[in-house]
Amino acid sequence: MSSKSNRLYQMVFVYLCLVAFILVVMPAAATAEYPEKPISYIISFNPGGESDVTARLQESHLEKFLGVPVNVSHKPGGGGAVAWSEFQRTAKPDGYTIIGVNIPHIIGQPMLRKDAGYETNGFELIMWFHFTPNALIVSKESPHKTLEDFLAYAKKNPKAATVGGSGSFSANHLETLRMERAAGVQVTYVPHTGTGPVIPALLGGHLTGAMGYSMLGVQYKDQLRVLAVAADERVESLPDAPTFKELGYDIVGGAFRGVAAPKGTPPEIVAKLANAYSETNKIIAEKQRQLGFVMTYATGKDAYALVDRMKKNYEGILQEIADQKKKQ
Amino acid sequence: METFFLALAELADPAIILIVFAGVSAGLFVGAMPGLTATMALAVLLPFTFTLTPLYGLVALGAVYMGAIYGGSFAAILVNTPGTPSSIATAFEGYPLSKQGRALEAISVATVASAIGGIAGVLFLLFLSPPLAKLSLRFGPSEYFWVAMLGLTLIASLSEGSLMKGLLGGAIGMMLGTIGVAPIGGETRFTFGMPVMQGGVEMIVALIGLFVLPELYNMAAQGRTALGEVTVDSKEKASFWSVVVRVFSKPGNLIRSCIIGEIVAIIPGAGGNIANLVAYNEAKRASKHPERFGTGVIDGLVATESSNNVTVAGSMVPLLTLGIPGAPPDAVILGVLLLHGLRPGIELFTTSGVLTYAFIVSMGLAALAMVPVGLLGGRLIYRIIFRTPYYFLVPTIGLATILGTFALRNSISDVIIMLILGTAGYLFKQIGIHPPPIVLGLILGSIAEVGYVQAMLGGAAYNYPILRLFENSLSWVLIVMVVFSAAWPFLMGVYRRMQLRRGSKENEK
Repeated sequence: MSSKSNRLYQMVFVYLCLVAFILVVMPAAATAEYPEKPISYIISFNPGGESDVTARLQESHLEKFLGVPVNVSHKPGGGGAVAWSEFQRTAKPDGYTIIGVNIPHIIGQPMLRKDAGYETNGFELIMWFHFTPNALIVSKESPHKTLEDFLAYAKKNPKAATVGGSGSFSANHLETLRMERAAGVQVTYVPHTGTGPVIPALLGGHLTGAMGYSMLGVQYKDQLRVLAVAADERVESLPDAPTFKELGYDIVGGAFRGVAAPKGTPPEIVAKLANAYSETNKIIAEKQRQLGFVMTYATGKDAYALVDRMKKNYEGILQEIADQKKKQ
Repeated sequence: METFFLALAELADPAIILIVFAGVSAGLFVGAMPGLTATMALAVLLPFTFTLTPLYGLVALGAVYMGAIYGGSFAAILVNTPGTPSSIATAFEGYPLSKQGRALEAISVATVASAIGGIAGVLFLLFLSPPLAKLSLRFGPSEYFWVAMLGLTLIASLSEGSLMKGLLGGAIGMMLGTIGVAPIGGETRFTFGMPVMQGGVEMIVALIGLFVLPELYNMAAQGRTALGEVTVDSKEKASFWSVVVRVFSKPGNLIRSCIIGEIVAIIPGAGGNIANLVAYNEAKRASKHPERFGTGVIDGLVATESSNNVTVAGSMVPLLTLGIPGAPPDAVILGVLLLHGLRPGIELFTTSGVLTYAFIVSMGLAALAMVPVGLLGGRLIYRIIFRTPYYFLVPTIGLATILGTFALRNSISDVIIMLILGTAGYLFKQIGIHPPPIVLGLILGSIAEVGYVQAMLGGAAYNYPILRLFENSLSWVLIVMVVFSAAWPFLMGVYRRMQLRRGSKENEK
């Protein structure tokens, strides 16, 4: 009896070992020059978000181009600030630790928080690989068919129009503030704890509209209507949605996602990484474009120029908020 | 209907069966380790699913999810540590059972209840998706606020002994929840100038600290593990069929717990972590002997484990119909669907109906697979824990705890927070403040805050924004439930006194 049950346990044990084995990734062979050991790719947000899903898509292609494993890990918290501050404090500039970065987060947080713990310019930027423009979105059942409808309602009823979005002083929030100024209306921005919770609030009629990312218009095509997109040109996957520019409001903005190395990383290593990311971007472009992303290839000087340009775009509003905060 | 049978045919594939069993086993392991969550397991699995066909990938994810929620009960029963937040209440009854030498029985009950819950969730998803999805959309900011209030009334039944101390624990939990970047408004609060504190106190970190460490301190202090040896009588009671018969002998409890699980599941953002507590509370309220709860009551165990596994398939109601993740792990599944070009909505049930129905039914298979995997695995884990002397067990669990906490966000500061909270939790326990109310306060505090602030903002154009909280009919339903739930202990007290008086009068006659 006992030996029989022992054998059973042995079998179960062997089975569990097999399962564990399946879970372990086989390490790739090492090469002589950089990179010669696995690279740690930190994502400063939760699993399942846009940053994470993109990293998962990139992972296998990066491994192919770099010849070493690329390990994606998460360090969420503080809207990204926890990971970024620790990265700037502790990461070694040897190219084996890299981190996902986002605009406008890395511009806004250091300006508005007393102890964000990091600086906008404290990264060695590798590349900005895609852009998700902001878009003003309403439910399909909303009476507002166009941007003009929406703004007319907002003008007539100050503060009554509620606009949801992800986070405070985020891309969504700042774009809403810019829209208010550009159109001379007053709306109420309602922050949510991510893009996820905005959708049910919009569909359930708890919000008048939402300032979200353009992908939402693609993902929820049957349930949502995009009134205007904050991009220079129409987004490929949303051919019927006009841009704010077409409608006479100079509003261009959204979230850029990219990757950075610690300050002081040798330029040839940064270049090598930039090359791997660019090649990867080309491969995953088709999949991502379908989801509503706009692919970008800003490396080297262009990457820094992009930060400067977006900084200028947001500076006025950020400064205003910072001044208000000081007064309080 | 034809689609449905085609879907069944898809599942008659040995590879699917293999994936289901492997997925459930892997999920069980992840769930049993405190700190490793279902969301994390699914995220790790994500790149692998790209190499599989969409169906295989989804089946694997569903099986791991199902196994992980169930696996949390092992740690809860054997070491008084909820492996995932979904089995907090499992520890209330499961651990006392273990102490009495009925660990195997507890595991068998948890297994059967989980399997039933898992299947119930699949049935809800198959047959009631459209109306449930509509209901889920009615939850707006003010409803969230009232749901959180309703949850806080659970403190009354979760606090052993003094209600005052329970409320104190809840308040401590809510205060811990305010540390870090405010969910609304983005202000940093109580960081004391330390950038790492922007991340706040993660609920699972608190869960591990408050539940595991006090238990480890106790084991070390007493110089023995608290597990009792399994008695022959209990071994017979643990046999699969006798457990099945016993679980089904109280259908009321099962049905109630499954419905609670489903309703919590469709509320976006709330999942098994809240469902198990509510189901436990209601089981206790409905019981003829509520005073016995906390000493190892099978009904309590059935309630928590069935309700939390309902949420697995149950939370996919809003996901598959509207594209809204009902619980955090669903966000990963949404990502997989989108990457395969499957947009949630009506198309998912028509154009790609075969795939969708096969996926849904495979979760039912995963629930069934939990029975053999869980019964064997459970006995194995029990043996390991029971046979290991405490001087190996305590440091091993301690190390696993630290690793698990670190793995959660790759953060050493989380480990420090966990150790501080755990030590404080041990001291609190000595003065009668127990961990459950603290964790409940931490979970619900931020839900209440977000709901309240959003409702206030939404009412910005009103003269009295607070009226926003009382606008909708669903809010009023919840308010009535809050009042009823808060008043229940007092009503019961009055009722009992009246009965006593009547009894004494009858005696006089």
